[in-house]
Amino acid sequence: MTALTTLGDQVTRGAGRLRRYVPVLATLALFLLMFGIGSYRYEGFLHGQVFLNLLIDNGFLLVVAIGMTFVLLSGGIDLSVGAVVALSTMIGASLVEQQNWPPLLAILVVLTLGTVFGLGMGCIIHYFEIQPFIVTLAGMFLARGLCYTISIDSISITDPVFTRMAQARVRFAGLFVSPSVLIALVVLAVAFVVLHYSRLGRTVYAIGGNEQSALLMGLPVAKTKITVYAISGFCSALGGVLLTFYMLSGYGQHALGMELDAIAAVVIGGALLTGGSGYVLGTLLGVLVLGVIQTIISFEGTLSSWWTRIVIGILLFVFIVLQRVIGVRERSALSRLSTRSVTEKPAPPRQEVRT
Amino acid sequence: MAEPAILTMTGISKQFPGVKALDNVDFRLLPGEVHALLGENGAGKSTLIKVLTGVYSIDEGTIALEGAPVRFSGPSQAQQAGISTVFQEVNLCPNLSVAENIFIGREPRRFGAVRWQEVRRRAAELLHRLQLDLDVTARLSDYSIAVQQLVAIARAIDISPKVLILDEPTSSLDSSEVDELFRVMKQLRDEGTAILFVTHFLDQVYEISDRITVLRNGGLVGEFLTRDLPQLELVAKMIGKELEVLEELEEQPGREAAARAHAEPVLEASGLARTGAVAPFDLSVHRGEVVGLAGLLGSGRTELARLLFGADRADHGQIRIGGRPVALRGPGVAMANGVAFCSEDRRAEGLIEDLTVRENIVLALQASRGWTRPLSRRRQDELVEAYLRSLRITPANPELLVRDLSGGNQQKVLLARWLITNPRLLIVDEPTRGIDVGAKAEIQRLVVSLADDGMALLFISAELEEVLRLSHTIGVMRDRRMVATLANDDDVDTERVMRAIAEGAVA
Repeated sequence: MTALTTLGDQVTRGAGRLRRYVPVLATLALFLLMFGIGSYRYEGFLHGQVFLNLLIDNGFLLVVAIGMTFVLLSGGIDLSVGAVVALSTMIGASLVEQQNWPPLLAILVVLTLGTVFGLGMGCIIHYFEIQPFIVTLAGMFLARGLCYTISIDSISITDPVFTRMAQARVRFAGLFVSPSVLIALVVLAVAFVVLHYSRLGRTVYAIGGNEQSALLMGLPVAKTKITVYAISGFCSALGGVLLTFYMLSGYGQHALGMELDAIAAVVIGGALLTGGSGYVLGTLLGVLVLGVIQTIISFEGTLSSWWTRIVIGILLFVFIVLQRVIGVRERSALSRLSTRSVTEKPAPPRQEVRT
Repeated sequence: MAEPAILTMTGISKQFPGVKALDNVDFRLLPGEVHALLGENGAGKSTLIKVLTGVYSIDEGTIALEGAPVRFSGPSQAQQAGISTVFQEVNLCPNLSVAENIFIGREPRRFGAVRWQEVRRRAAELLHRLQLDLDVTARLSDYSIAVQQLVAIARAIDISPKVLILDEPTSSLDSSEVDELFRVMKQLRDEGTAILFVTHFLDQVYEISDRITVLRNGGLVGEFLTRDLPQLELVAKMIGKELEVLEELEEQPGREAAARAHAEPVLEASGLARTGAVAPFDLSVHRGEVVGLAGLLGSGRTELARLLFGADRADHGQIRIGGRPVALRGPGVAMANGVAFCSEDRRAEGLIEDLTVRENIVLALQASRGWTRPLSRRRQDELVEAYLRSLRITPANPELLVRDLSGGNQQKVLLARWLITNPRLLIVDEPTRGIDVGAKAEIQRLVVSLADDGMALLFISAELEEVLRLSHTIGVMRDRRMVATLANDDDVDTERVMRAIAEGAVA
């Protein structure tokens, strides 16, 4: 096989393996750079608690973005997550405050409803072969609208379990995090194991790489695709619960546009919108980058919070272009290889019956 | 052949809306043989494979594997029963590693977690058995298509299949890669695997196969021992025409070479080039002349044609059309000057499949008139009617969607679209690719008669025989450079053109 594993092959391959991690490494470098800039400019920025606050303030976003990572890796998209988060806060608050349900049961119901909602969208996407964009857009309107059938106003929560979760602090080494952070990190760990070590996770990558191939390789495409949306639904509902802990209220206007923040975090974390490429740890970095932008702007004090959006917008552009450039390089390296093998080895004439 | 068949298909029929794709077909496969399944497009080869692997259900007939009747609901079930398939396109995931592509869906696991080390170790072992030396942790997309195809085969044989189906595995491979594949196939055959091999390359059939089954129009023509069936007879069985007819097709009218080089030039290119696409070349095409372009895939034939049509802009040299210098800023300018271009990829770049035959045919004429001067419906019908008849497009129904036509007829619709604009120069890029022998002969005849009527043609084809038969002048392309221009007279033959392609100079 020496003819096929030429030197050029090996060079592209070695570079290719490194290149896989470039987007994630770029995000890591970006995060460190921004944290460094913050530490240089503002007193008190370089502190372990500032870092942990990033997680405390964005734990719910991390959970939602992890669900989104599954969907994007499979080559789909889920626009309903923000609305499902809002609906979850609404249902949770209503059950606990207005119906006087036990908080744990209410949380369980919310998580189940979110999962079923995602499952339903997944089924429609798969069995009716409709683009996920439009199905989850419909799901977004539906979930957001349903919030207001419960109440058009914010429902504030006074239930002791929720207030305790909101105020509780897990302390270590002079620093602290909220229980929500621990939950989010558990979700992250589970997602990592599932994506890298389970058949379900590997099938998600395979579908994102080439759905038709995955089918012909005998992989359970239908089951996996639907599961992915159910996971995203579950993560949105859990994100909703964590947001309820954070805000202590249920409101139809919560998490407006969070689906876009989640997508932005995943993409900045190095995943491709076309699917099949990306890492859930990248998503963590993506969320941290979004968080550090907000933190810098609040430390700056005079800047309007809209600057957050502007910076996120610029970063998204940069990352999309970066991925494109990497992709193009890879393809052109490959095509150089293939043209060379065509031109250097003139094949003997083949008698071919064209059909 | 005393051994009992491992796979027997009896009386298989499969109906699609409007077509009987398979009609009472019998097929059997013996262990330890390479069995070629042959036939023209639409003969039912793919359908037979899809029926066998459970992609389609069967309407009638039975399949027996090792004597026991089976019926599969999908490829994964067939795989479990020991029937592995490698399809024409590489059906693997480019974003996953080589090792994972071989084992995904059946990875060794412990407590539900994939054991990556074990996956890599076994993948390396398996590839080693096939004498392939790959980095199993590299992404599949880092390797060439040929290697990917071999990885697909590695995946297929990991389950030690009783039956291995290879559906046109060689169409993307070059000759040394084909040798590599054949070595693996022979190894597997000697280990007792029954291999079903579909290909369009007849010399490969004779190189590797032990037996041949021929299908035609969904029906079984017969099963033959390869060594008992001469190649010409095989072709006759595939296309269903008598040998004499076939030979007549082969003997197209001899071209009175160089006779037309003195006619007035329609298009002259001098020093035309586009950096990275085509090196500078000179070319002139005269009235009534067919200029053939020969060369390997990727040698720059299509790129050259695109320059002449203005689809890509040249950055050197100039073009004169009808004696006047023309700046080809785009295809519109070329069309206005009477140049028409039938592209190679008729699906992606030429025809609009969801429009009718009539709409496709009038498209270019309408475009050249501009949208302010629409063609009346009556005029459209007249024109389309005339071309349906003269090009013998079947079915001759102008309101049929183009997607429902066969490849050959689609090609004729594309030709009609350009002929209707009455061009002075017609560029045809691979007009006979992927169409059956009969339609191919008709298109070749059409090229000849158009030239006889005074049209200039630039004819691009990967098939040397065809270029030689039709052209008055042959331009030979190699490495994006026109290495020779040969007047097609008596001492030009396939061998000489091939040598020009291979060595880059006329011997």
